[in-house]
Amino acid sequence: MKQDKIRLTVNGSSHDLSIGVNLGEIAPSETLVHTLRETLGLTGAKESCDHGACGCCTVIMDGQAVPSCMVLTVECHGKEITTIEGLQDPETEALDPLQQSFIDNMAFQCGYCTPGIIMTSKALLEKNPRPDEEEIKEALAGNFCRCISQYQVIEAVKQAAKNGR
Amino acid sequence: MANAYRYLGKNLPRKDATDIVTGRATFLDDFKPAGMLYGKALRSPHPHALITHIDVSEARQLPNVHAVLTHKDVPPEWLTGLPNHRAVLDRKVRHVGDGVALVAAKTPEIALKALRLIKVEYEVLQPVFDVDEAVKPGAPQLYEQFPGNEFTPGCPVFSPEPFNHVKRGNIEEGFKEADFVVEGTYGYEKFPCPLPPESPAIIARWDTPTDVTIWATTQSPTMLKLIMETKMGDTNIRCISFNVGGSYGNKQTVPMPVFYAAALAKAANRPVKFSLSKAEQLLTYDLRLSNRVHAKIGVRKDGSVSAVQGEWLVDTGVSSDLGQGQIAVGLGEAQVMMAKCKNWDLEGRLIATNRSASGICRGFGGQELKSALIPLWGQAMKKGHLDPVECFKKNFVQPGDGYFWRDGKWWVCREVDYVKTMEETAKKFGWREKWKGWNTPTSVNGTKAVGVGVGVHGNADAGEDESEAYVRLDPFGNAILQCCVAESGMGQRNSLCKMVAEIVQVPLESVRITPSDTLVNPFDFGLAGSRGSRAIGSACTRAASDAIRQLLERAAPVLKVTPEELATKDGMIFVKNNPEITIPWIAVMGPMNTITGMGHYEADYSMPNFMIFFVEVEVDLETGQVEILNIAEGTDVGRIIDPLNLKMQFHGAFGSAGVDSAIYEESILDTETGRIMTGNMIDYKWRPFTDFPPFDTVVLESEFDTHVFKAIGVGEITGAPAPGAILMAISNAVGVDIMDYPATPAVILKTLGKS
Repeated sequence: MKQDKIRLTVNGSSHDLSIGVNLGEIAPSETLVHTLRETLGLTGAKESCDHGACGCCTVIMDGQAVPSCMVLTVECHGKEITTIEGLQDPETEALDPLQQSFIDNMAFQCGYCTPGIIMTSKALLEKNPRPDEEEIKEALAGNFCRCISQYQVIEAVKQAAKNGR
Repeated sequence: MANAYRYLGKNLPRKDATDIVTGRATFLDDFKPAGMLYGKALRSPHPHALITHIDVSEARQLPNVHAVLTHKDVPPEWLTGLPNHRAVLDRKVRHVGDGVALVAAKTPEIALKALRLIKVEYEVLQPVFDVDEAVKPGAPQLYEQFPGNEFTPGCPVFSPEPFNHVKRGNIEEGFKEADFVVEGTYGYEKFPCPLPPESPAIIARWDTPTDVTIWATTQSPTMLKLIMETKMGDTNIRCISFNVGGSYGNKQTVPMPVFYAAALAKAANRPVKFSLSKAEQLLTYDLRLSNRVHAKIGVRKDGSVSAVQGEWLVDTGVSSDLGQGQIAVGLGEAQVMMAKCKNWDLEGRLIATNRSASGICRGFGGQELKSALIPLWGQAMKKGHLDPVECFKKNFVQPGDGYFWRDGKWWVCREVDYVKTMEETAKKFGWREKWKGWNTPTSVNGTKAVGVGVGVHGNADAGEDESEAYVRLDPFGNAILQCCVAESGMGQRNSLCKMVAEIVQVPLESVRITPSDTLVNPFDFGLAGSRGSRAIGSACTRAASDAIRQLLERAAPVLKVTPEELATKDGMIFVKNNPEITIPWIAVMGPMNTITGMGHYEADYSMPNFMIFFVEVEVDLETGQVEILNIAEGTDVGRIIDPLNLKMQFHGAFGSAGVDSAIYEESILDTETGRIMTGNMIDYKWRPFTDFPPFDTVVLESEFDTHVFKAIGVGEITGAPAPGAILMAISNAVGVDIMDYPATPAVILKTLGKS
């Protein structure tokens, strides 16, 4: 069925978007990371490798961590998407305990890959609140961090899991 | 002694931590000036060719294309490289991916469409990819002005006279004194990619015909300004950086993207962003230097080096950004490592070949030279059955030892002695128990053989170049640090605020640092060579002390005491021996004034920093697979400013920064086509989260005479000693010398005669 509109729910707000090739429309070839960054102004997800290898653009879609550079926006109709901007409590602006744990463990350096790493970790903890170290590493195997904050990230996720118990 | 400091040596959240974990931190890609266009480049499919015909008429007619440039349209006086040689676009292309034409358009898609409309004809020329071939008579010539493909020596920013040759003592006598002499050719030649996650990108906007604002993904805005202004005719650059998504020394002057964005912005009369795709970053942007050493080393029975002679051929690909400076630093670092050797004849030559350029990156020449030199030196140690740790202890620079540094001047080491660091790190690693001799495994269990290795590195650039800083006190107990420092991951902006807060004695929240913008800040050379802690730290702490001095001088008459009797804490001034007598800063300054202190730092190359890297590897003798079992690395930083950030600098030894350049990271060049085959992050190998071994660190705090806080930086060099150490460990595990980087399973099995 041909569809000319899609609805995305991003961080709890729904957005109706038109599909097409004209100005302001979502081209059928457009990736989700582009829509999030350019149309919705959510620049936390970073477009880095643009071929699904580095995880810098990771968001959570219907509970799964996905590289948003590998998803076409037109495929996202009816999906629930959470980006790094959606982790804070919308009322109080309190940080998610996982974000706080990244601060407490200084689990970042340049911070470019951090939103993606946090979103991957968040999806893991939602599905598996008590991951062991191997499960944390496995979940993050698709996230590239070149400053090498991996040791601190693993500590941060472990601590967030522990505090969540 | 208990730490008496409020901030130093303590793990406190970085001031920008919340911005980073919430996605609010601004990187260049998150910023867009009004009217911005997107630039794209048409790139050469040939490694060496002349453009005989280029037709851009159709591209120019495409709607929403604002500029199309070829070699005929670019500013002719703009030339980058060292010495200036590389045009924005040239009629001759010299590597696959070299720029052929540039387009600026309303959207990236339109720009790409315009590129496809450009018609080019080439006369294909013979390429050359190997340094030894490139210097032979009759080899293809890349540049008319560099006969024999050899770049002119000398790096004027570092020294007025070229420094590319260490020649001292009596080399013949040196070899006569030696008990063991080895000679051979060793390399570190696979030019891996530093691969910061944020690709290099530039936005340029001309504010007047000669003033350009460059928003850059640079870790050193002033260095970009200083160097690129000398390449762009009568141009004044204002350079601004946001959060930088990793650099590892690789995003400093960002030369070609600056040229492309600025040339397009000038032609289009609009701001233009030129952002490299990941493939462009891997295939066309600055890689690590490649190098080959033909050398001879003499060693005495006691392990001391008596003579070093050789030729160091540095392959910088199509262009030199600062290669001559990297040679100068590399030669200096070799002397620092073999500081007891009096007899030297080691010459560096910088060679052009038809692949993408090598440029600035962490390690800066010394890592490259020593990754080749340490395996050669190891052959001499092996002849004498000498323990490498003892040899490093015997030879590494100590107070009183001298060396020629990159400025061509003779420097004598003071203050720093790293023997204790070597001993303590060896102990933590268990070297004595694990080292069984050269080409001897620590243990063998079935098909798995374990071996250990060690390497050292030290760099006098930890005190390099000049820095200026201002600290402004406001009447309300705040301090504003004005210093041109970018944030590319080291947390240095935060560490400098900690130092200022410590001197001004205010809460860390009350210290703010200006944006990294060359227009609003005084000169700072930038984050390079681990200079942040000492050089920038000195300027900032001196500025803070100068501001406090002025404040107390003005408070003294108010309180009817001498300035020396006063101190300040949390925005209040008090009499030291009678703290009841206290007034706020505003009582001295009034509500409409500020006090500005100034600090300056001048280069000093007398105190090299240091790293010793121990590694234990397990090699599968059937598959050739190498696994790192554990690492212990040690240093002495004088005093720790930020423990976790320091620890993470150690961890940064992985990747092309060191460790993985010895095992699997490489740019693979197909010499049939001239193409680099590793143009994406699947074909280019990198270490995933699942693969990080235990990593012990040893940090001594010997309180060096650097500045008020006695610290010296080490961040750059944590990976530098790793490659040689890893080859040594693998060779010991398998019982045969493995001398090729990276030591992939194919390399190991071939050496073992199993493939």
